[in-house]
Amino acid sequence: MKDLVKRLTEAFGPAGSEELVREVIAGEVQGLVDELRTDALGNLIAFRKGNGNGKRVMLAAHMDEIGVIITAIDDQGFIRFSNIGGLNPHALLGKRVVFAGGTTGVISSEPVDEPKDLKLQKMFIDIGAADRSRAESQVGIGDMGVFYGPFQDLGDRVVAKAMDDRIGCAILVQALRELGSCPHQVWAVFTVQEEVGLRGARTSAYGIEPDVGIALDVTRVGDTPKSRTMEVSLGKGAAIKVTDSSLICHPGLRRHLVEMAKAHQIPHQLEVLEMGGTDAASIQVARAGVPAGVISIPSRYIHTPSEMVDMNDVRACVDLLVKTLEGELRF
Amino acid sequence: MVLRRLSEAAGISGQEQEVRAIIRAELEGSVHRLEGDTIGNLIAVKNPGAPGPRVMLAAHMDEVGLMISGYERSGMLKFRKVGGIDDRVLVSKGVRIGKDRIPGVIGAKAIHLQEPKERETPLRHDQLYIDIGAKSKEEAEKKVQLGEYAVFDTAYSEFGEGLVKGKALDDRIGCAVLISLLKEDFNLPVYGCFTVQEEVGLRGAAVSAYRVNPQLGLAVEGTVCADVPGVDAEAQVTALGRGPALTIADAGTLPNRAMLRELIRLARESNVPYQFRRTTVGATDAGRIHLAREGVPSAGIAVPCRYIHSPVSVASLEDFQNTVKLLTLFLRSVEGGFRP
Repeated sequence: MKDLVKRLTEAFGPAGSEELVREVIAGEVQGLVDELRTDALGNLIAFRKGNGNGKRVMLAAHMDEIGVIITAIDDQGFIRFSNIGGLNPHALLGKRVVFAGGTTGVISSEPVDEPKDLKLQKMFIDIGAADRSRAESQVGIGDMGVFYGPFQDLGDRVVAKAMDDRIGCAILVQALRELGSCPHQVWAVFTVQEEVGLRGARTSAYGIEPDVGIALDVTRVGDTPKSRTMEVSLGKGAAIKVTDSSLICHPGLRRHLVEMAKAHQIPHQLEVLEMGGTDAASIQVARAGVPAGVISIPSRYIHTPSEMVDMNDVRACVDLLVKTLEGELRF
Repeated sequence: MVLRRLSEAAGISGQEQEVRAIIRAELEGSVHRLEGDTIGNLIAVKNPGAPGPRVMLAAHMDEVGLMISGYERSGMLKFRKVGGIDDRVLVSKGVRIGKDRIPGVIGAKAIHLQEPKERETPLRHDQLYIDIGAKSKEEAEKKVQLGEYAVFDTAYSEFGEGLVKGKALDDRIGCAVLISLLKEDFNLPVYGCFTVQEEVGLRGAAVSAYRVNPQLGLAVEGTVCADVPGVDAEAQVTALGRGPALTIADAGTLPNRAMLRELIRLARESNVPYQFRRTTVGATDAGRIHLAREGVPSAGIAVPCRYIHSPVSVASLEDFQNTVKLLTLFLRSVEGGFRP
């Protein structure tokens, strides 16, 4: 599975430009499902028929990653930029970004007196171009870039850019590979534009009209030195979300996920996230409402070029998803 | 010119009737039908039976303004803001209240009477009041009902070389673009949506997009322009006279890249000047259109306007014409179908 994670995390896919990620995933799931289509906003929807009187289940993992977008190029060839999704200016200094065509740049800043004065407006990207015309021959206003952060295998743990949420995509692909007899009609949706407002999940949920929605996404952990309190740790299993700032998970579905984890001895932990949101929030309020929950992958250093997950947690998430889909969904 | 009438009409969010009446009269006979909906949107339908993608074009009728929220014993009116207005632009401006256009002035203490410290702090809107010349609360109540709207009292005029000034160019200039566009001939279904309540949350666009169920969406705006002294080149966002501004990304929408590429291709091919909207702040009706039902590939195009959300904004008629031109080219180019 690490090979899949490597290929997925290394694909270029800022919000709104997810096509390269979609290609990788489409290639992987082609033979595993009964129908595969891309909708108007770019969501990749993989449908697998059920073999019983099951439910309409929508699974969602987002393909998009955070990035930068060029807003101006000056006479000296320096690039000004804005954010696509949540960027912390302090996490950007000295980092590299890669644009669609392969152009790489370094992020730096005008001098600031106080760290708190560091704002994106004061920052720029240097792509090594000596002047405007040389810069404009490589990139243009409106071009998006993503972090340069190659996949590295640290053993149990792996690190890369865009683990948020390519690891969720990888889990969804792996679950489709392993899924045995399943009574439910399953729509595995690889969504777009989650990082800018849970947008792809909203329109795909409208189209699918599911009975149940489950999102797969990363969550933060509280296990690093002097971390802010957060009762989720790397390596302690699949995190079953109770709530975050975007949704309160359906309590019945949440309890059902916990019971499934216990019944199949799958390592798991509960998650209460104070900030952040995920696709399940959009699914939950689609049409007349959908019971929705989240299986989260504990992750360190989210929204940096070095997002880290533990492959044992990833394994637990796949197992929990597969076992849940193979059984009845009564809650 | 219809832009004059549109600019001078009063129509804060939720009270767009004057603007709607002008547009209705202007388009009668040029489109297949004009539909109203329950929230107040006006939808001009052209060629509903034609082949090709159903295109929704949206321009919002509403403007930012004020709403009367209370009375002082002295007869002065208290007000609240509707939409985003910088408190600092309010002081000492003339306004017109309600459909009878009752004149008023947003008052403040004269400079002679201010403490030196007071001069350094801008007055907040809740410290201000509208003076309609009433001598008592009772008199004021008779003249102006609670909840009445007020707009800036600004006459539209042309000045400089091909420039116009007036209030509410955001987004009456977009409405004017749509009116011009809907008078052209196309062989595809075009839904010109004149939306309500954009300034308070893109509300009209949400329901009109649901109703129209389009296959492509375009928001047509009057947008921020800061080509003025004291703003660094990289922060000017757009410049007057350099053509329609295309959205690269904003807080509500990531434009469909294929539509954006097609707009650029057409502009280059036909030598229509264009520029990018070089910021990602703000949002337009496209933010709701693209999320309607199962999703709609959408883009944004705008006429640059200096000083928007203030009593007077400035735009270029050449930019206006070029916006109409580029959108005409776009609609003709997607007549045979378009793969977003």
